Amino acid sequence: MGSVRVYLDHAATSPMPAEVLTAFTEELHRVGNPSSLHADGQVARMRIEAARETLADCLGATTPSEVIFTSGGTEADNLALKGIFWARNAGRTAAPFERPRLLVSAIEHHAILETAEWLESCGAELVFLPVDETGRLDLAAAEAEIAAAPERTALVSVMLANNEIGTLQPVAELARIAEPYGIPVHTDAVQAFGQVPVNFAELGVAAMTVTAHKLGGPVGIGALVLARDLTPVPVAHGGGQERKVRSGTLDVAGATAFAAAAERACRTLDSTETARLRDRLITGIEERIPSARLSGRRGDERLPNNVHIVFPGCEGDALLFLLDAAGFATSTGSACQAGVSRPSHVLMACGADEDTARSVQRFTLGPETTETDIDALLDALPGIVERAAKAGMVSAAPSWQATTASGAATTASGTATTASGAATTASGTSATPAGGQS
Amino acid sequence: MRILAAMSGGVDSAVAAARAVDAGHEVVGVHLALSRMPGTLRTGSRGCCTIEDSRDAHRVAGMLGIPFYVWDFSERFKEDIVDDFIAEYSAGRTPNPCMRCNERIKFAALLDRALALGFDAVATGHYAEIIPAADGSPELHRGLDLNKDQSYVLGVLTSEQLAHCYFPIGASASKAEVRAEAAERGFPVANKPDSYDICFIPDGNTKAWLADKIPMRPGLIKDESGEVLGEHDGAMTYTIGQRKGLGIEKPAADGKPRYVVGIDVADNSVTVGPKQALRVDRLEGIRTTWCGLPPSDIGDSETTAIDCEIQIRAHADPVPARVWLGEVDETVPAHEENLPAPRPRGQIMHVAVEEPLSGVAAGQTMVIYRGTRVLGQATIDQTA
Repeated sequence: MGSVRVYLDHAATSPMPAEVLTAFTEELHRVGNPSSLHADGQVARMRIEAARETLADCLGATTPSEVIFTSGGTEADNLALKGIFWARNAGRTAAPFERPRLLVSAIEHHAILETAEWLESCGAELVFLPVDETGRLDLAAAEAEIAAAPERTALVSVMLANNEIGTLQPVAELARIAEPYGIPVHTDAVQAFGQVPVNFAELGVAAMTVTAHKLGGPVGIGALVLARDLTPVPVAHGGGQERKVRSGTLDVAGATAFAAAAERACRTLDSTETARLRDRLITGIEERIPSARLSGRRGDERLPNNVHIVFPGCEGDALLFLLDAAGFATSTGSACQAGVSRPSHVLMACGADEDTARSVQRFTLGPETTETDIDALLDALPGIVERAAKAGMVSAAPSWQATTASGAATTASGTATTASGAATTASGTSATPAGGQS
Repeated sequence: MRILAAMSGGVDSAVAAARAVDAGHEVVGVHLALSRMPGTLRTGSRGCCTIEDSRDAHRVAGMLGIPFYVWDFSERFKEDIVDDFIAEYSAGRTPNPCMRCNERIKFAALLDRALALGFDAVATGHYAEIIPAADGSPELHRGLDLNKDQSYVLGVLTSEQLAHCYFPIGASASKAEVRAEAAERGFPVANKPDSYDICFIPDGNTKAWLADKIPMRPGLIKDESGEVLGEHDGAMTYTIGQRKGLGIEKPAADGKPRYVVGIDVADNSVTVGPKQALRVDRLEGIRTTWCGLPPSDIGDSETTAIDCEIQIRAHADPVPARVWLGEVDETVPAHEENLPAPRPRGQIMHVAVEEPLSGVAAGQTMVIYRGTRVLGQATIDQTA
């Protein structure tokens, strides 16, 4: 392992700044349930409402009551999708649905995709909205889908910024398209919040998901910003602490730390330096590794902290292993619960084939990332990419065909020439060590 | 050395990784994701590659203080192992998927990647020993504990592969010793049940699993004279030597049990007969490979055969045999033509045994031994 660690996976989770940690731990020392009626409960209530006000302010909510605390982004996404879908169907949670259509972009986070597919299994008509090759929503296609059957459409959900390739989405324009039809739009702003200005009222959406730990708050707290005229059907039932749509004892320490992190991020939200380092990394990679290709867009249409590269012929998890061993914490962008890298559904939605969608690496910068970190990565990358290319793609022709041939007493020449063997040669990524010994 | 320890989440590979660390090697743990849709929890002793197995492997790696990764080989596994398994059964043969996995995944795809990424060897929890020959080249030998010996399923390894294999528990006296060591090290997997079944058939019901993959056509069960004795619901789910589950009502003339002695996929018929009809003393194998150099004295006719022992199942006893080589056959077996990676029949191996063997099915592997040493192997293609 490298002696120095460089953390470049802020999109997964971000370190907690000292002032947020202080706010968090101070609150953890206090007792009091905001729903209790005694003096201690009243103090706790005061503190969580203060946190709510701070967040409403940072998020551009019209009133603090639009902020509904949740356990994080996934819960907020579930509440928005299921709760609003059911509410738009007169509270029905089973087919037949009056408004069965649910429109989501093809590049959503799994918290949206899996929820949408679950609703589909319950009778919803799930429509995937296409994106272009840079991962940006095709607004014309979205408009056509909305206009196709607006009276049968329950909800549209498109993320504000993509978590893998960092493309910012035209959510405000989408909301304007849906508005005349009275169709609510939800946006998952988990990756955008803390990186680019996020204003709920200006976006014109009905609901918006945010979470604390992507901007230096604790894991386990998030929020759904929800227009006051919307009442989703609850997903989990209980005391109804949050506007009767979300139940569970309120997490005062988490909310306080979330507010502290949000306030800090909004106060210091000048992405110029982060974007400069991002572009230094992008151009540095393009100079050193000519085969590397940037996914998504450049400049202002990309998250200022996101670099996502396709390294053709390299498995993402081989790159990750080599980078990790060299001291760099990175990501393949998409992992299932067993921790396995899978071909990126985002790149595939952008038109990439499965091999390309496996040959990726995501670098996400944070406030503490320095130019030295970026330059160290740029120094290490060419050797790492060369080595990963040598290991090749798992999908390449298997080496055991050649192994059998070379192990035979009277070796048959050319036993490894098959259709898939030829494909390997063509892609130039063969990892066969023992072939051709006849 | 830089060692990549393949960690299944079981006790053997956990102790193997630990011993590699103790031996002073630089070790990285890796768990192979082989299933496209990993189940959430394992049941009993069955299944592998579940989230629980991955977690167990990760816990052990954490206790050893080594880096740990999960690598996705599910695409390779499906093409090279699962599709092959289905194609073999469709052709009325009886494949050994664990052997194929060693041949094509663990000591091929994984080993290739490990070497390319800068490792010197792959370590696994197999019970087998690698012992250097006089000239320093590696020889594969049975594990010290003959009850656990897994040299049979490693018989497909060539000397190039053996040179980069490391079996740290092969010289263990017993599984009990390995479990005790795991307990002593505080590994949470110390008492985890052994896995016996085919990992991609979690409930162990191969017949039901195949019925879901291969179109089943009911057909006739006949005896050797051609008399129809009953019906079956798909010839390919039967195995040569099978006695149970035949559903024949009419008893045999001699009152003795009947066994499956033939499977004809083209005719969709299953032939049954008495136990002696299963006995074979001539075997022909295809795709011969050698664990190291081929025996220098082996010839190409029965008169120039070598004396050795062959073993036809993982837990069968080895029997004395005479082995000689045939030609190299470049044709691809018909049932493999539609596979993603069809292979020619390769080097042919001929075997004659003194004591006839029972229940030998095409598709099984015969591994050739001399004493404890594995010489090589071939896939059984025909018997007489």
